Amino acid sequence: MTALLIAVGVLCAINTGLALLLMLAAATLGRVGPCRITINGEKEMTVAGGRSLLATLKDERIFIPSACGGRGSCGLCKVTVLEGAGPLLPTETPWLTPEEQKANIRLACQVKVRRDLQIRIPDELFQVKQYRARVADLTDLTHDIKQVTLDLEDPPEIHFKAGQYIQLEVPPYALTDEPVYRAYSVASGPADTRRIELEIRYVPNGICTTYVHKHLRVGDTVTLNGPYGEFGLTDSDAEMLCIAGGSGMAPIKSILTEMARTGNPRRCRYFFGARARRDLFLLEFMRELEKTLPDFRFIPALSNPDPADHWEGEVGRVTEVVARHVRDASQAEAFLCGSPLMIDACIQVLREKGMPESKIFYDKF
Amino acid sequence: MEQLGFFPILFAAVFTNNILLTNYLGMCSFLGCSRELKTSTGLGVAVVFVMAVTSVLNWLVYAYVLVPLDLVYLRFIVFIVVIAAFVHLIEMIIERVSETLYTALGVFLPLITVNCAILGASLFMVIREYTFWQAAGYGLGSGLGWALAILAMAGIRQRLAQRGRIPRGLEGPGIALIIAGTMALAFMGFNGMVNLN
Repeated sequence: MTALLIAVGVLCAINTGLALLLMLAAATLGRVGPCRITINGEKEMTVAGGRSLLATLKDERIFIPSACGGRGSCGLCKVTVLEGAGPLLPTETPWLTPEEQKANIRLACQVKVRRDLQIRIPDELFQVKQYRARVADLTDLTHDIKQVTLDLEDPPEIHFKAGQYIQLEVPPYALTDEPVYRAYSVASGPADTRRIELEIRYVPNGICTTYVHKHLRVGDTVTLNGPYGEFGLTDSDAEMLCIAGGSGMAPIKSILTEMARTGNPRRCRYFFGARARRDLFLLEFMRELEKTLPDFRFIPALSNPDPADHWEGEVGRVTEVVARHVRDASQAEAFLCGSPLMIDACIQVLREKGMPESKIFYDKF
Repeated sequence: MEQLGFFPILFAAVFTNNILLTNYLGMCSFLGCSRELKTSTGLGVAVVFVMAVTSVLNWLVYAYVLVPLDLVYLRFIVFIVVIAAFVHLIEMIIERVSETLYTALGVFLPLITVNCAILGASLFMVIREYTFWQAAGYGLGSGLGWALAILAMAGIRQRLAQRGRIPRGLEGPGIALIIAGTMALAFMGFNGMVNLN
């Protein structure tokens, strides 16, 4: 018994002693005065120095994407630091190309805030916030896709561009011990800032999809953050070819809703691929859009229609249907959303039809 | 064991009993940071310094705290805590004293806090019942040996990257492990000059 107590006591004494020493050192040696960070030349903030830029910005509620949590092993948290970062560190060089190094791009997790900093980050990151929302409605769109309608509570409004996505937080439950985040495109138009819709397809044993399909109830509170992503409407009047499959419907629906609201006159063809009649949804919504939009057609294509479907529309894989309908795509722009396989196949078809790759925009999931 | 002095032990730890090439300890940072000579030099110097000092510190803790209190079985946990605290402290001091030194050396310190070679050196010196000076020589020598190995590796890899034609399947860690194995074989040539065990 005494031996045990001595062991515990000694271990505690050693650890406490070292911890005290480190705290003392942190309070005297590690202390850096307040520093001023200027972002994009306009926004200024005064922060406590001494920590990494990534952690400091996070405290200011500016979220730089990072996958490794600041250990310098993912290379995602790139920001432009114009002034005050000191020389490039050997822990950063493996992640930065020579051009990036010349452009003063740094890893936010390795740069320490020691003096006033001038940094530049993409404007979109300013908009990224965390939201609390309440489930207002759950509707089955097909046998495996659910439409989730969320009322934003805090903050009560979100400003995003049609085509962007948010990350939904899944709290710990039977399938996960810690919160996980999954990205979903917003399906509703950006004009509706207080309420967003997501379209979530059930994947057997998928952590988030199981949570949404089997556990989530109307009235529940969820947490999400965003918006993210570059996918969205371009500022031109070229013909649009939208191609989607499954829950790839969501960002396209958001784009079309916004086009209908602004009365966008662009010619637009929307090819939607599904297996059978039971995988199609929002048909009436699309028929309505065909009436509202000046030059829009919705072309659903079934790859494997059931005889009982009595399907008279297009049959075949969506890429085949696109190939049949489009003669010359050299002047058009394409907006694709779906699985990587589908997107790669579409890109190939569109290139054969003369579309330059710079005009193909896509959202792979 | 035979009473070897400070220098024979130092020599043995660098050449005949190189901690990396004979015990294969500290492989993760050895493989991860050996692409460029410049990075390897910084890491190598950091390891030499940390290994030399922590061996001595841990020897003192072992001889004057753990042995008298009959707590030798706690050595793993105590050693790793001492190493972690020391490395953290040094990092803070370096950062405050000189930014140039921090850029060249300090940034590597967090990487080697949990390096197994550092803990390995402390444990070997206990298992082999070294005296204080032997432990100091062993710590310094192991650090130098590790640095020598990573510098040699970085030199080879840098040259290979410039003009070597490596089969695709062997790029990166694959070829690095083969080089490490060849280097270990070469170091076996030193065997028998001094014997530690």
